Amino acid sequence: MEIAFYVAGTVALVATLMVITRHNPVHALLYLNVSLLAHAMLFYLLGASFAALLEIIIYAGAIMVLFIFVVMLLNLGKETAEQERKWLKPKVWMGPTVLAAVLFAEFLALVLSSGQDAYSPAVVSPRELAVALYREYLIGVELAAMLLMAAVVGAAHIGRHKKLVLHRFLREEKEKEEEKHEETVL
Amino acid sequence: MDKYLWLIPALPLGGFLILALAGKQLSRSSVALVGAGSICLSALVTFVVGGAFLAGLPANAVYTQTLWTWFEVDAFSAKITLSLDVLSLVFVFVITFIGALIHIYSTAFMEADRDYARFFASMNLFVFSMLVLVLADNLLLMYLGWEGVGLCSYLLIGFWYEQPSNGNAARKAFTVTRIGDAAMAIGLFMIFQQAGTLVISDIGTIADTIWQPNSTTVTVTALLLLAGGLGKSAQLPLQTWLPDAMAGPSPVSALIHAATMVTAGVYLVARMHAIFALSETARLVIAVIGAATLLLAGLTALTQYDIKRVLAYSTISQIGYMFLALGVGAWTAAIFHFMVHAFFKALLFLAAGAIIESLHHEHNMFKMGGLKDKMPVVFWTFLAGALSLAAVPLISAGFYSKDQILWYSWTASGGSPILWMVALSGALITAAYTTRMMILTFWGEAHTPVGHLPGRRMTLPLVVLAVFSILAGFMELPHNFGHFTLFSDLLHPVLPETAMRAEIPSEWLFQLLAALATLGGVLLGYHYYYQQPARIESLRRNAALASLHRFWFSGWGFDALYDRLLVRPFIFISKINKSDVTDRLYTGIAGATGEMYKLLSRTQSGSLRWYIMGLVVGAILILGIQIML
Amino acid sequence: MKTTVSTEVVVLLAGLLFALGIVGVIIRKNIIFMLLSVEIMLNASGLAFVAAGSRWGQPDGQVMFVFILAMAAAEVSIGLALILQIYHQHKSLDIDNLKEMNG
Repeated sequence: MEIAFYVAGTVALVATLMVITRHNPVHALLYLNVSLLAHAMLFYLLGASFAALLEIIIYAGAIMVLFIFVVMLLNLGKETAEQERKWLKPKVWMGPTVLAAVLFAEFLALVLSSGQDAYSPAVVSPRELAVALYREYLIGVELAAMLLMAAVVGAAHIGRHKKLVLHRFLREEKEKEEEKHEETVL
Repeated sequence: MDKYLWLIPALPLGGFLILALAGKQLSRSSVALVGAGSICLSALVTFVVGGAFLAGLPANAVYTQTLWTWFEVDAFSAKITLSLDVLSLVFVFVITFIGALIHIYSTAFMEADRDYARFFASMNLFVFSMLVLVLADNLLLMYLGWEGVGLCSYLLIGFWYEQPSNGNAARKAFTVTRIGDAAMAIGLFMIFQQAGTLVISDIGTIADTIWQPNSTTVTVTALLLLAGGLGKSAQLPLQTWLPDAMAGPSPVSALIHAATMVTAGVYLVARMHAIFALSETARLVIAVIGAATLLLAGLTALTQYDIKRVLAYSTISQIGYMFLALGVGAWTAAIFHFMVHAFFKALLFLAAGAIIESLHHEHNMFKMGGLKDKMPVVFWTFLAGALSLAAVPLISAGFYSKDQILWYSWTASGGSPILWMVALSGALITAAYTTRMMILTFWGEAHTPVGHLPGRRMTLPLVVLAVFSILAGFMELPHNFGHFTLFSDLLHPVLPETAMRAEIPSEWLFQLLAALATLGGVLLGYHYYYQQPARIESLRRNAALASLHRFWFSGWGFDALYDRLLVRPFIFISKINKSDVTDRLYTGIAGATGEMYKLLSRTQSGSLRWYIMGLVVGAILILGIQIML
Repeated sequence: MKTTVSTEVVVLLAGLLFALGIVGVIIRKNIIFMLLSVEIMLNASGLAFVAAGSRWGQPDGQVMFVFILAMAAAEVSIGLALILQIYHQHKSLDIDNLKEMNG
């Protein structure tokens, strides 16, 4: 069944590549969803069935819905796609890609230098996972709960409608600029 | 009752804290209540505690109260200990009683000032510092009060800080007294090094055993202490700050001249008499400085136009008398003159302040005139103060105190005919300038219209002080008539008796001569300024006299001398020193830091893309290192 | 269905996905795309954790994935709220418009 693993890996790679190259946000989101599903497949094949489940329900389900919701809310469509198209020139993406390639090459060298290692993954059941979570990692779970709590409060606070608020230094700067502008106009 | 001693300084301190911390929130009337009330209560406590202390005068005549330990270093421990004996009681009485009157006066005088709370906060702190100074049982605590007095004088002389000249006067006062303070600090170090303690009573008891009489060490120590006293008491050669200190409000002048600050030097010398008694040279120096100062300041006062400057120079001159008395060994006479002087000088300053206020801030005496009928209360009280200052025989307190000094300046063991001659001519000059001041201010034509008259809160302290200026003298009558020595008897547990010479001339003769000198001075002033003012003009036309007048007017050119001798060379050196190598090094470091900052701040471009690039490059580098290794 | 997997292949796959995520974050102008790319990177690291857990047959890898998931959820909620706010204030999602905090 190695073939399933390689297929899923290839799908994840290609979908991810599409995510970072699409101009339209909705297209990118759909490709990301595909990539996440492929990830779920990989997890399952690695014997982590519960992780695969979470990947689908939370990632591909909840988080992606949030993204799509925001994209729809802001009505990002053709204009954004046009802007991205204008922006994404080889001149722009060449440098970062080379950098990332170098990083990956180093990673490759490090991984390959450690020697071959093949195995048959054993299934780690949700039961074992739950026991580990609520025994050794209890504090981690509590911290994660606090983090989520903070995120909810923070999101509620940040998301409120507010007028444009500038720091006073920036405001002064802006006023100065406006004055300058007026002077040049006059 | 003695256990309430701590309340005396604590009340002004409390007043200061309230006014300094919450002065802005308080209304004017409550500021006045807190500011003046704290001092009045303090005076009240002084009466009670002092009365109880005098009634049951203990055998050793000292009451000490240790509040807490200030700090301890090895075997040395400085304690916050208050010590009350008769000498400090006299000072505490003068400080709190006159201070209270001045505060009451100030509530009306400063009414229109917008920094009402700041004024009273500084005044309260001033009184507190002075009380700490006189009540301290060790020299370290005394030094704390000493410096507090210096600080408060700075704050109050520069009270109207918007005018640069006032700020300069304040800085001058602070810097000049600082010179004396530094010398005094060295003196304290020397005492501690030799005696191993700074507790005043201990020093007094062991002084004989650790110091040889007239040895160099004791002379140097005494002279260093004296230098501190000279700075605070504005004696030669550190007298230049006091006339400029007139920049402050009039109540401040009254407080500085009568109750606090300038008398600190007198107190220091009297308090450390055990050391000064061991050094003849030091005592001679004190006497000579006192005599020289009283003559010099008196002649300067003769030429001044500004009424407050006349009074300032007269203070310098009168403190000169006190130093003369201390120098010849007439300790009690000096303290007596201090007390009498405090009454009449506070009175004169407060009255002068009332006059200046009523004449729309006119300081020049030649533009006053004719106030005798227009301001009767001020006139009569001012007259009482002037009589005392001029030491008019029999009826004024000043006569009894000054006559004692004149008498001792010849007959005491440290006295000499020369000192007496100087003091006698000083008495003549004092009478002359006092008469001049009186005639110019109150007689003749009115040159400036009188504005509003001082209210009751201002006149009441004047009247009280006037009564004391006349009556305080009767606490101590000369040996040949009355021989009533209440005051010096009171002080003798603390201060030694005045040692006399072997053969003493008749005291009557001296009193006659002193009275004649005073009357001569009065007549001189009367003649030149009332009867024939034209003769002054003719004198002024004389070139030699005119230049003498200019010389005296400038305070014997001391300001110019110090400017040439000290200030300008100092500025010159500091200008040279401004661009030395060490500075270059530090400016270089600062400059390099600035440049590096500019360089690094470029990386802070605000572009998220560049930051992530930086992270990636960092990751590449770290992984690269791992591969290499 | 018995699969045999070699560790380095899974780890390399995770590394490749991570590198793609980095490229995405850097080259994109729109903040939404940057946020998506960050999600890719998070997933890639999650994959590496799960692979390591599976290699040793231990639950720890999955535990880490759960934590990453929680972190991602928190990050997305805050990030999206910020995006909304930025859009309201600047009328654009161009990251280059947000260079106010330069030194």
